[in-house]
Amino acid sequence: MAVLGDEVAPIQSSSDIVKIRQLVREWVVKLGFSLVDQTKLVTAASELARNTLDHGGGGQVRVEALNSESRRGVRVTFSDQGPGIEDVEQAMKDGYTTGSGMGLGLGGAKRLVNDFVIDSEPGQGTKVTIVRWRNV
Amino acid sequence: MERIPILKMGKFLLVTIQVDMHDQLALTLQDDLTNRIVNDHAHGVLIDIASLEIVDSFIGRMIANIVGMARMLDAETVVVGMRPAVAITLVELGMTLSGVRTALNVDNGMAMLNASLQRQGA
Repeated sequence: MAVLGDEVAPIQSSSDIVKIRQLVREWVVKLGFSLVDQTKLVTAASELARNTLDHGGGGQVRVEALNSESRRGVRVTFSDQGPGIEDVEQAMKDGYTTGSGMGLGLGGAKRLVNDFVIDSEPGQGTKVTIVRWRNV
Repeated sequence: MERIPILKMGKFLLVTIQVDMHDQLALTLQDDLTNRIVNDHAHGVLIDIASLEIVDSFIGRMIANIVGMARMLDAETVVVGMRPAVAITLVELGMTLSGVRTALNVDNGMAMLNASLQRQGA
């Protein structure tokens, strides 16, 4: 699979979340995603970037554009060196929150994408990878 | 500081969100709008989100909060102009904004506010 693009950006403030939405939007537009698919991935990225900022104490995002014979995708990876998640299964449930949010972030983001992988351990930080695909 | 303008139209306040809001801007709008409802004796608030390309759970919660706060200050709120892709995404995200009155466009939203004003006999 070819990587068409690869960009890294910091997540240190709420204005970075806006920039990440724009960065992800640029790539889904370039890859010809439908408006609904664009909106889903950008929204999922916004949720996860906020998690990285609020719960992970900030971190970084990587946006990659993927290309194969049958499909194209945008992969977005969020990583932080924060406290990590004690119980990942619990954290995925709607309504579960340790912050001031509604607890829709992780579970909600998962519903908006095709692939969702979360890797977290207490004290080891958190890495969340999402991909949205389109067939070509 | 950056702010979203709030216009007064008769007994109503009109807010058109035209920028991709960062979190602080959304919180400032909440504060400004509640103050303006009281100071301007507004009976209704119309929030136009036609320009918003996404509404995530943070912005969704901000909208729900504004509706709740305005209600406590005796003002109705109508959210207008939500894009279809935004509606689809919000529901999949798990946020249905129940309790938030919506209309397809500004005209319909104003009609709703006028109708509830007449019902109250104000």
